[in-house]
Amino acid sequence: MSIPTTNKQTVEIGKANKRKYMLEKLSSRIFLICALLSVITLLLIIGFVFYKGAHPFVAEGYSFINFIFGTDWVPSEDKFGIFPMIVASIFATIGALIIGVPIGLFTAIFLAEIASKRLAKIISPAIQLLAGIPSVLYGVFGLAIIVPFLQNTFGLVKGQSLIAVILVLAIMMLPTIVTVAETAIRAVPQTYREGSYALGVSQIGTIFKVIVPAAKSGIMTAIVLGLGRAIGETMAVILVAGNSLIVPTSLTDSVRPLTTNIALEMGYAFGTHQEMLFATGIVLFSFILILNFVLAKISAKGGN
Amino acid sequence: MIKWKHTKLALSIVAILTILSACSDNNDSTGADGGSGATVSISGSTSVGPLAEKLAAKYSETDNTNIEINQIGSSAGITNAISGVSEIGMSSRDLKEEEIASGLNEVVIAYDGIVVVTHPTNKVKDLTMEQVKQIFTGEVTNWSELGGDDMEIVVVSREDGSGSRDAFQEIVDYSSGELIRNAIIASGNGNIKTTVANNKHAVGFISFEYIDETISTIDINGVEANAANVLQEKYSLSRPFLFVYKEGQLTDAGQRFIDFILSEDGQLIAEEAGAIRVK
Repeated sequence: MSIPTTNKQTVEIGKANKRKYMLEKLSSRIFLICALLSVITLLLIIGFVFYKGAHPFVAEGYSFINFIFGTDWVPSEDKFGIFPMIVASIFATIGALIIGVPIGLFTAIFLAEIASKRLAKIISPAIQLLAGIPSVLYGVFGLAIIVPFLQNTFGLVKGQSLIAVILVLAIMMLPTIVTVAETAIRAVPQTYREGSYALGVSQIGTIFKVIVPAAKSGIMTAIVLGLGRAIGETMAVILVAGNSLIVPTSLTDSVRPLTTNIALEMGYAFGTHQEMLFATGIVLFSFILILNFVLAKISAKGGN
Repeated sequence: MIKWKHTKLALSIVAILTILSACSDNNDSTGADGGSGATVSISGSTSVGPLAEKLAAKYSETDNTNIEINQIGSSAGITNAISGVSEIGMSSRDLKEEEIASGLNEVVIAYDGIVVVTHPTNKVKDLTMEQVKQIFTGEVTNWSELGGDDMEIVVVSREDGSGSRDAFQEIVDYSSGELIRNAIIASGNGNIKTTVANNKHAVGFISFEYIDETISTIDINGVEANAANVLQEKYSLSRPFLFVYKEGQLTDAGQRFIDFILSEDGQLIAEEAGAIRVK
């Protein structure tokens, strides 16, 4: 009686094992497909943007140098120069960094080192919520609050300006900087703090002399990620930038960053004009690639 | 069990096939009925397009004609009408001489009016066409030169490629390259209106249908911007919405659609869509 039962049991265990291995194999296949999907999507996007964007320079005889350094963008007259937009993108991003990085960094330090747990529990979710707000709402906020504020308080003739873009971008990059920097600061070993205190250094001294240097690579990562957010932002910027085609010389000039140029004109563009917008995308893409490269370098350094 | 599944499958396939064949029968029979069920291909202006879409939607309720509308811009639409790619081209500008010479007929289906707008507090209420040009090309940069307060002018324009911008520039007679460089570029009529309504320095242009009390409208050469003045050809900042087709290329179905547009019903739809009726 007992022998057939064990036989039956081994058979069933074998069956279950087989099913388990099948499932295991199947799952790993599904994971592989998912992983490949994002790689394929990336390749398709790069391929498409480069194919479309490179066409005018390869097949239609436009000069890439004139495209990058030309200051005239008049598609209906066959003039495609994106120099004003490159400058606008760079200025807007740097400006946003100048305002956003100190605020973001201090917030992160405050949350990780100074704030009581109760206070941090209120501020932290608020900042994370800030990250979840759709970017077009930042634009509407900018258009309804920041633009009139600049016009009325500082007497600007138009509130749609570089400074408006900088303010909106600075607010938008805050959550990224705060979250990543806070994690980096919290990761600094407790022994560093204790050692510093033991030597009689004050809390603020400890933060700036010990903790921030120790969390340097994490903080740099936070800044670069914030930078990426700023340079790629479109919908919020399009509403407050003014989109003028001038090389900005002052904070009050209205500007047209690279992203805005694409979003603004893609709806009507066809032929060479459309391809030139894709070419604008290539330039934007190059910026992002450089940023990612820098990010990878920083991470590698942090690892060492 | 398995057999039953197969029967079910077979049944559903038969059912689908029956429905499909019924559909195609239906198409065939209506196709034979005096040409309804025919396709009219229309392409052209992005300004006329939305109106044409509305007219086509209304028309398809009573007639079986299939109307295909592609919004690709006036010039491309006219080219298509000449080459025969499309039966009818849509244009929001007058035909050029060489286009008329290639045998195109035009039908005005409606008019569109463009109005120059400023902030309600702006004292300037009347401009000549020349002054409008000077403002938009940056020759005049202060309202005081036009009889207003001493404050800078902020020009607001649509994006390059917009049909309204093309029409405005063509009527006022300046090119995209001449547009003052620091002009604010806003996408869409609503966006221009908001920008002008919130900035006392600003001047922009919008379609008639967007006029409301948040902005102030400017008379051109002393003529008020309204539909009556457009129809009497007194108000010059207006443009015709044209359907163009090549002589002899228009099918019965196409002719019936144009007749519908020019009928009382069609013109009412045009008016609802914000255009100015022909009659």
